[in-house]
Amino acid sequence: MNKELNRRDFLKNTTAVTAGVATIASGITLTTFAANDNPVTNEKRWGMLVDTNKLTESNINDMVNACQEENGWGSEIHSTGHQKPSWIKKIKVKDKVTGKIDMLPMMCQHCEHPPCVDVCPTNASMKREDGIVLVDKHLCIGCRYCMMACPYDARSFVHEDLSNQKEHMPRGKGTVESCTMCVHRVDKGEMPACAEAVSSNGVIFGDLYDANSKINQTLRKIQSTQIRADLNLNTGVRYSGI
Amino acid sequence: MNIRYQQIEGRSLGFYALVAGLGVLILTALGSVYFMEHHGHYVTGMNNRIVWGIPHVFALFLIIAASGALNVASIASVFQNKLYKPLSRLSGLVSLALLAGGLMVLVLDLGRPDRLIVAMTEYNFKSIFAWNIILYNGFFVIVAVYLWMMFERRMNKFSRKIGIAAFIWRLVLTTGTGSIFGLLVARHTYDAMIMAPKFIVMSFSFGLAFFILILIASYKWGDRPLGDVILNRLRNLLGVFVAAVLYFVIVFHIGNIYLAENNNVEMILFANGSIYTNLFWYGQIILGSIVPLILIYHPAVKGNRSVLGLASILVIIGGIVQMYVLIVGGQAYPLEMFPGKEILEGYGDIVVYTPSFPEIALGVGGLALALVVVTLLVKFLPFLPESLADKVADPHHKI
Repeated sequence: MNKELNRRDFLKNTTAVTAGVATIASGITLTTFAANDNPVTNEKRWGMLVDTNKLTESNINDMVNACQEENGWGSEIHSTGHQKPSWIKKIKVKDKVTGKIDMLPMMCQHCEHPPCVDVCPTNASMKREDGIVLVDKHLCIGCRYCMMACPYDARSFVHEDLSNQKEHMPRGKGTVESCTMCVHRVDKGEMPACAEAVSSNGVIFGDLYDANSKINQTLRKIQSTQIRADLNLNTGVRYSGI
Repeated sequence: MNIRYQQIEGRSLGFYALVAGLGVLILTALGSVYFMEHHGHYVTGMNNRIVWGIPHVFALFLIIAASGALNVASIASVFQNKLYKPLSRLSGLVSLALLAGGLMVLVLDLGRPDRLIVAMTEYNFKSIFAWNIILYNGFFVIVAVYLWMMFERRMNKFSRKIGIAAFIWRLVLTTGTGSIFGLLVARHTYDAMIMAPKFIVMSFSFGLAFFILILIASYKWGDRPLGDVILNRLRNLLGVFVAAVLYFVIVFHIGNIYLAENNNVEMILFANGSIYTNLFWYGQIILGSIVPLILIYHPAVKGNRSVLGLASILVIIGGIVQMYVLIVGGQAYPLEMFPGKEILEGYGDIVVYTPSFPEIALGVGGLALALVVVTLLVKFLPFLPESLADKVADPHHKI
């Protein structure tokens, strides 16, 4: 049947072709990006064990400094007081009964069930398959609901324009950020900067699932705890000594 | 009884002065937004601990008042109360206007308001915030259709059905708004699902206070008759709502005090003499609840519409103070991260928040937007009955 091509058919056909091309093209792009030697899977669960008995105050200061140096936060000019970002901080606590004083580094706890991810309206807060909790800076609209939801005060909002950013850690005014467990290093097989800054066994980083890993073996032997364990978030960062 | 609706004339000096005044407030808000977005939020009083400040206080206040303002229309079409029927159109309008004002503030306080399209296209259905975006947008559509059913004589027969849908929608919407706080498990100051019904009752009270004020003002300034029957009915309703809010506030805090884990925060917020203690007792409880109840129920001033207007203004001021204590006060207290331990360093202080001018201007701008929408639309469309005198409005009026 000889059919004249009218405008409706033209639009229908071209739309279908465009959609097809777009689908295939996006598939190619995704495949290209995913072509990595070590794909991120849920067979691993990255975690950290902090032993407060083995950490001195200067160890913790070193951890904070290493994080700042690695990720480029902390040199904001205009932000004051609580406006300054704080991906990791030193906290000193005293037991109300015994008076025992402990010091610990506090950062994103990389929960298995992160409240920040649950509440984020745009999926900007997300958890990788290997348990690392991140913020997609392109999707974050800066609503700060994740900061309301985080039980660990682990997130910061960028209050000003930034300059001299680290290439591997782009940040942006008006979006939320937090500890990335140095994902850019971990993906290269390296340790997070804070863990590397401590030479003692005060901080052990590794795959929680791997029965041969040091972190897994240590956690089996010693008593450890999760902060706000009552919330059942199953944190990736564990503490002993507090 | 036939109700005739008529636009207001809107040519007086007072009308233009009102529109101009509100316009100035809106422009100041927009200028403030530009200033805050250009520099970043460091120019505000907000920080990483008080992440939601004055703009959220106004935004959420206006949003919950919006759903409450629709109540008058719901009483007419869902519960078929004839006395409220002539007020339905205005009720829908006030509701939409307040929602527009609240959403304007909410969106313009985002870190990246330019990414609003992301919020409209990327949904995390586990997030109550994402659900609220859908609920707010849906509310606009459903109330707009509801108004159309009321305006268009041919469609009048559907207004009850759509009215029921709008009523259910608004209950879900305020449940969603309350759940923004109720679902924050990590924070002792919120974490309680009583927040949802509490917000619903708050919406009844704040929304009706706005409605009464706008009704009294438009009939007084427009020189149209407004009878006592309607006003007395609204007055009693407002009294019941204010008392109900007070009940929920008492239950919420008594419940918290009973739980040892929440003792600290309750004591600090409500008994230690901080700004929040004063705002709670003097602003929210005395000025925003007890004084309005006296003004509403005291026999000496019953029937006095200026006193009813004053009571409504106090309910609105008390409502804003209540949202301030809830939102800002709730964040000022540190998270309980280490039960049984005292935090000596690094965290744990009670944060002081000093709102900056641009933040306040943005919040007030949202209120101004709501009022200017009502002011202009009653001029261009017939929202208001020509007369609400008792003999016209009261179905039981005896001549």
